[in-house]
Amino acid sequence: MEKYYTSEIPKTDRIPKLVAHLYAKMPEIESARAKLITESYKETEALPIVMRRAKAFEHILDNIPIIIRENELIVGSTTIAPRGCQTYPEFSYKWLESEFETVATRTADPFYISDKTKKELLEADAYWEGKTTSELATSLMTEETKKAIEHNIFTPGNYFYNGVGHVTVQYDKVLAIGYEGIIAQVEDELAKCNVGDQDFCTKSQFLKAVLISCRAVIRYAERYAKLAESEASSCADPARKRELLQIASNCRRVPAKGATSFYEACQSFWFVQQLLQIESSGHSISPGRFDQYMYPYYKKDLDGGKLTREFAQELLDCVWVKLNDLNKCRDAASAEGFAGYSLFQNLIVGGQDKDGNDVTNDLSFMCITASKHVFLPQPSLSIRVWNKTPHVLMLKAADLTRTGIGLPAYYNDEVIIPSLLSRGLTIEDAREYNIIGCVEPQKAGKTEGWHDAAFYNMCRPLELVFSNGYDKGEKISIETGRVEDMTTFEEFYDAYKKQMNYNLSLLVNADNAIDTAHATRCPLPFLSCMVDDCIKRGKTVQEGGAVYNFTGPQGFGIANMADSLYAIKKLVYDEKKVTMAEYKRALAMNYGQGFDETSAAEIVTQIVKEMASQGLSVDESQIASMISAVMNTEISPEEKKRYEDLRAMIDEVPKFGNDIEEVDLFARDVAYTYTRPLLNYKNPRGGQFQAGLYPVSANVPLGAQTGATPDGRLAHTPVADGVSPSAGKDVHGPTAAANSVSKLDHGIASNGTLFNQKFHPTALSGEKGLENFVALIRSYFDQKGSHMQFNVVDRETLLDAQKYPEKYAHLVVRVAGYSALFTTLSKSLQDDIIRRTEQGF
Amino acid sequence: MNYLQTKGRIFDIQRYSIHDGDGIRTICFLKGCVLRCKWCCNPESQEYGIQQMTVGGKVKTVGQDITVAQVMEIVEKDRPYYNRSHGGFTLSGGESLCQPEFARDLLRAAKGMGIRTAMESMGCAGWEVIEQILPYLDHYLMDIKHINSAKHKAFTGKGNELMLENARKIASSGQTRLSIRVPVIPTFNDSPEEIRDIAVFADKLPGVQDIYLLPYHRLGQDKYEGLGRKYELSDLLPPEPEHMQMLKKVVETSSKLKCHIGG
Repeated sequence: MEKYYTSEIPKTDRIPKLVAHLYAKMPEIESARAKLITESYKETEALPIVMRRAKAFEHILDNIPIIIRENELIVGSTTIAPRGCQTYPEFSYKWLESEFETVATRTADPFYISDKTKKELLEADAYWEGKTTSELATSLMTEETKKAIEHNIFTPGNYFYNGVGHVTVQYDKVLAIGYEGIIAQVEDELAKCNVGDQDFCTKSQFLKAVLISCRAVIRYAERYAKLAESEASSCADPARKRELLQIASNCRRVPAKGATSFYEACQSFWFVQQLLQIESSGHSISPGRFDQYMYPYYKKDLDGGKLTREFAQELLDCVWVKLNDLNKCRDAASAEGFAGYSLFQNLIVGGQDKDGNDVTNDLSFMCITASKHVFLPQPSLSIRVWNKTPHVLMLKAADLTRTGIGLPAYYNDEVIIPSLLSRGLTIEDAREYNIIGCVEPQKAGKTEGWHDAAFYNMCRPLELVFSNGYDKGEKISIETGRVEDMTTFEEFYDAYKKQMNYNLSLLVNADNAIDTAHATRCPLPFLSCMVDDCIKRGKTVQEGGAVYNFTGPQGFGIANMADSLYAIKKLVYDEKKVTMAEYKRALAMNYGQGFDETSAAEIVTQIVKEMASQGLSVDESQIASMISAVMNTEISPEEKKRYEDLRAMIDEVPKFGNDIEEVDLFARDVAYTYTRPLLNYKNPRGGQFQAGLYPVSANVPLGAQTGATPDGRLAHTPVADGVSPSAGKDVHGPTAAANSVSKLDHGIASNGTLFNQKFHPTALSGEKGLENFVALIRSYFDQKGSHMQFNVVDRETLLDAQKYPEKYAHLVVRVAGYSALFTTLSKSLQDDIIRRTEQGF
Repeated sequence: MNYLQTKGRIFDIQRYSIHDGDGIRTICFLKGCVLRCKWCCNPESQEYGIQQMTVGGKVKTVGQDITVAQVMEIVEKDRPYYNRSHGGFTLSGGESLCQPEFARDLLRAAKGMGIRTAMESMGCAGWEVIEQILPYLDHYLMDIKHINSAKHKAFTGKGNELMLENARKIASSGQTRLSIRVPVIPTFNDSPEEIRDIAVFADKLPGVQDIYLLPYHRLGQDKYEGLGRKYELSDLLPPEPEHMQMLKKVVETSSKLKCHIGG
């Protein structure tokens, strides 16, 4: 017999029905949670915060409306509307109120909101003035930090406005012992506490908060059991009636108790996954090694003749659909950065156990099949690859890749495990890593990794070198001297490093302020009872309860900076073809392309500020005419020609991504300017900062805030994505690009790196195409690359989808670290995806 | 002279080639050809002389003189990919055999580095040229375009006697794996009878197991204009997929060969 069951199990009729139901309407914002949490908070003002959180969670779960959707086998919905979302005023709320009128019509991730909901949210929100994590975080930041954020040097937006998420909890523990088991553990721990203990006050409160939360979850499941029974009693269809009764029986057993069947295990998993996202608004709550912790239940039922593979597959498919039922409304700017309604629920298959054995099993294959069946962006399916990964699993994964869904992403154990070891994980924990969100590795159930702590735009410090610390007429950074006076490249590069380091310290200040705010105002007792060692330590993960603590802000624009610094080194210092003064002016003039509206507005803002300081005021219409005057500034033909010549010269300078040793090693060094200094910083939870090199999709909106760069990139265009070469600059095909990227030090960027490649479907066609594709991944990984993901779709298809979005409602593309529906992305992001070099021809 | 210093003339090196030979390969295109096939998708390969070609509005020099060592430096870069995919180095053209010493030394150098070799060629050269190449060649991808010599001459400029003779000799030598490739060109060789004749011929060659039918495409058309030449087949349409499937059946019923569509 074959070691694995690899055949494709067919999809049942239920799945397309569930999907169609889910996507029938625009997702909607609901107000139930906001109302309930506000009611509870008003009642608990005298209590410690951890207790208030638990009571609020309890109040929500006891009262939030529940629904069983048509044809569902796995139940538990956070909103009545499919793919709807609740709001989380305890983190932030003002942005939503200010976007009430535009949230349904914006290009990236629109949400419908009714007038009634608006009114109810306004009523609830009124309570939260001055009480949110984001307000506390702001008050904890220095003025310099706030200025750097305001000027888009970095954006800590994610946790500034929302819950943290970015965690994988001990699903296995809930499946095995249920919340009753956890309650028993907590009661044991509570019994061990002595009233005279140093930490008695906080520990006992935390443990009692956990008890309240777990009991609330059990009651919530009971509500579903009753609802299923009541629907069954009035159900005319005998088949559906049986299903509803089974659902009732499942919900009565799990997650209160340990699961006794695969079906119960699926339902139990789902309640954990769903309820974590009712407790807090964080995204990237990642199921992790689903094929591992679910396998014992599958195997037992299959061997015992209680489960067919077909039904197991249908249940998996149902779980996959449910993962797309969860949704989150972000502010307009963040929605651009995380486009595609994505919750980044990363689910990974394959890899090793703690002893270093390959643990691929039937479910690893069935998870891949589920993504093929359901064909939706969630979960962010990933696969761990190591030397002993079965070739059949690689082929199965590649077969999914060639559908164009952008899944799975491939991760290299041979880089990630040593990298985690270097951050203090034990070998056993490192071998059991999974991925959080986009590309961030960690050990499940033991880590509070703060993996997505900020976007740091690596191009901005270079702009500050040219401006000597000024931005839009304001001094926002240190002075590193007039760039025209820098006589050696080393001097120039050193100025870049100084600007980088100064702003990194501000980024750390921002993250640590936000970290402190979460610990103070939003500790999460429910989540914390599923992360070691919170129960023993008697504190939440927000307060440092986890075994491993990190903060992982991600840098992006590495290719632009490598190409820029290299061009300056060559043209200004080595070959002396251009003076620094010329370069500076060329950048300021956007290489003679004239000022677009953004730059013109920036210049006018500066002028208006100066006028205001002299007591002069200008009205709106004057500003508009000033902007148009700036936009129409004439550049002399001679000057224009000089800029064109300069850009042509820049074009001739070798670029990162073409397998040129000198340039690639230079890029490696440039990446160190970000990855190395970060390691010196610590967070309030006692953990270390560690760098990631990936952009999610922020390279587009944050590129729009970046002026022209010395690599020839024009102002306000996207910067390079992840560790990938700049779009269109890698001209020697995928192997050359991969070789270049592999020359970066991926191990030091222990919060993950992201390498995107795009293929036409023909490059993967046939058996031979799949084999070669797998070989390409393997070879990149042989050279110590860390992560790889692919878009497989042709340019014409994408152009057509832009023109006729209705024809392509289900076209999924890999954006950056996750897949999204192409037609839901903003036009500029769509353009960026189309522009990326098409490899393979 | 050290064979790594042998010089020759190429017009391109293409990495990540996955449609010519096994696995992921690096192809070196040698400049110069004995034939003048009207459908040639690389017209810049035909002349040995260095040419100017307009590509996308820019004038580009086609052709460069390069040593074996310089080519190998690039070939070496993708070794991890050859290892994982059973790929390697491929010589193409033009007709590689037009530069016999250079072709031989490139293959010899690759073999010396432990990299598998292949060559796309019509076999249009004296046997003494081919003979000295075979020890360094793992896979000979030989074009056979037509069995009828007169028609061959009309469309390519030369009769086919020498090439067919060489095909028999290469197969009999047992020194290399030989596969046959047929560019399927409407109006030239796309009838079932013409394809069958090629298949029957190929089937008789000892050791030959695979035949590849490569459907005509027009991707080279712009290059003719770029070279200031007229593309004579501008009315020709690529064969329909159904037609290719039909021809595949013809091959399979008239021979024991494994027939592939595409490279």
